[in-house]
Amino acid sequence: MRTVIFGSIAPYLTSLMVLFSVFVLLRGHNEPGGGFIGGLIAASAFAIYGIACGVSPVRRALRFHPMAISGAGLLTSALSGLVSLGYATPFLTGLWAPEGFMGIEFAFSSVLFFDIGVYLVVVGSITSIALALEERESD
Amino acid sequence: MASPADAPIDYAAAMVTAPTSAADWIVVAPVLAPILLGAVLLMVRHKPVLHPWIALPGLAIVLASTVALVARVAAEGPLVMTMGGWLPPFGISFAADMLGSVLAMTAAFVALVCAAVAVRDIDTTGRRYGFYPFVMLLMAGVEGSFLTGDIFNLYVWFEVFLISSFGLIVLGSERSQLDGATKYAVLNLVATTLFLIGTGYLYGIFGTLNMADIARKAPGLRETAPLMTLATIYLLAFGMKAAAFPVNFWLPASYHTPRIVVAALFGGLLTKVGIYALLRTQVMFFPVERAVLSDVIAWVAVATMMLGVLGALAQSDIRRVLGFLVISGIGVMLAGLALGTPAGISGAVVYAVHSIIVMTALYLLAGEIAERTGGYSLHDVAGLYRVSPALAAAALLLVLSVAGLPPGSGLWPKVMLVRASLEEGAGMLAFAILASGFLITIAMGRMFALVFWREGENLAVTREARREGLLLLAVLVAPAIAIGLWPQPLIALGDAAAAGLLDPSSYLGAVFPQGAQP
Repeated sequence: MRTVIFGSIAPYLTSLMVLFSVFVLLRGHNEPGGGFIGGLIAASAFAIYGIACGVSPVRRALRFHPMAISGAGLLTSALSGLVSLGYATPFLTGLWAPEGFMGIEFAFSSVLFFDIGVYLVVVGSITSIALALEERESD
Repeated sequence: MASPADAPIDYAAAMVTAPTSAADWIVVAPVLAPILLGAVLLMVRHKPVLHPWIALPGLAIVLASTVALVARVAAEGPLVMTMGGWLPPFGISFAADMLGSVLAMTAAFVALVCAAVAVRDIDTTGRRYGFYPFVMLLMAGVEGSFLTGDIFNLYVWFEVFLISSFGLIVLGSERSQLDGATKYAVLNLVATTLFLIGTGYLYGIFGTLNMADIARKAPGLRETAPLMTLATIYLLAFGMKAAAFPVNFWLPASYHTPRIVVAALFGGLLTKVGIYALLRTQVMFFPVERAVLSDVIAWVAVATMMLGVLGALAQSDIRRVLGFLVISGIGVMLAGLALGTPAGISGAVVYAVHSIIVMTALYLLAGEIAERTGGYSLHDVAGLYRVSPALAAAALLLVLSVAGLPPGSGLWPKVMLVRASLEEGAGMLAFAILASGFLITIAMGRMFALVFWREGENLAVTREARREGLLLLAVLVAPAIAIGLWPQPLIALGDAAAAGLLDPSSYLGAVFPQGAQP
């Protein structure tokens, strides 16, 4: 699959897809989208990059091991539920900051962090599987 | 992008508005702690030195919170927290009653001991492979199963511990492990799929997944809905998870393959989750259907006991003997389910606690034997009494416990179950329990005599034995003997668990505090 055309377009395609996945993640708050589908888009971006340029550049670009990213996501999601402890509400209750964040009005909430956690879990686990499969193929 | 606080909505109609006290968090802590620390362990997977330092405190938190939970439930009745604050039956509740919290506490205890044994038993390769993250997620799944108050959520926790157990069973990637793991995986996936099908069917009938809501609606639907079908599907699905005859063949095919610590965890915990689910569904949801099925369950119980103990007599590998003993114990617990009386269910709960502790201890004992002799085969291992009299003492106490002889912990639940069977006129069950106990005595006495008393040369008898293993084994033997000598507290907990299952009104009241109709 390492053709010149694919190889030169893949980095741009990957960065666009990752950007789009973040857009989908944030849009998912009240509209179609969300952490899961955003994570899938990002994971497919890394998979494309891996097909085009090989697996080790992807691993270098990610810096962290995909499973560690997954773990960080699980931690983020669980911690976002733990915020409820400070507000005397049950575990995983959605909590919103009343005035947005630092004067910018947007839905700054524990739900957002839960979704980011889901995003990271999906990115990490699917990328880990995809890269492992691609590695087998190239060896 | 307005925040919800702007709109004039009556939240009390949909959400829990009363403040949740921080003390109520003990009902989610047994699940939350392993998930949080399991996630951290995933992040530091390549620093294996750190793993025990994260995992052991995590499991200690689980144990502490489940102990607090048992005390709280004993004092105040079932404790409920509904996730996200959405009112049940729409929010997913965590509801700890006596049955769930006692089993959760016992499971947390043996998991902590197993994790401590693993510190020296699982090498750096095993840790890099992810032993501790898998154990944490396994515990999250097991504790979640015991504490959740939602039937679909129970399915999710089943999957969580099942997936973790796949990872644990192939730790080492040997040929026999992959073989055992395939059988284990396929048959367990069939069981969970059946569970899922049954749950889909249940949702179609009841329109709810909340356990308290199901128990509340079942009497009204009994005339019109096919509850008998549901009860039978659940009996088959959970019977398969619990390794009841005739769907038990995955257990002896797989439990002797993983590392001994993993086998100890599995043998202690996983089948009991199946028993827990059986008690929860058959007794709390479908008591009338269970009464109709009781003859079937009784025959299954007898066959499971007998098959288990005959298998144990026939085997020559210590781990395989133990695998069959696990099955035989499942039969004893099913006898309690077949009776369905308070005494019978209480006996089954007490037996489950005994079985979790003693089966884990027996697998760890097998590990200690192999540590000193280099093998598990009853043909080769011999003369261990001279090498380690202390180990022989621990082994003798465990043999007495599992056979149901004093001063072991197996005595009292069997006494309870035999008496309950005779009260119900089920002489066959009483006979089967006594006969299987007798045959277990022979099987385990044979093992003990061969391993400890027989004169002979071992493969690796000179290997340095380590003290920690014996110490941790003693930590498990101590409660087994304590239960045998002073059973009243545990029997009281078992009676409370049985009463809570047979009359779930306090459970329903805890989930639906206002008695609000959906």
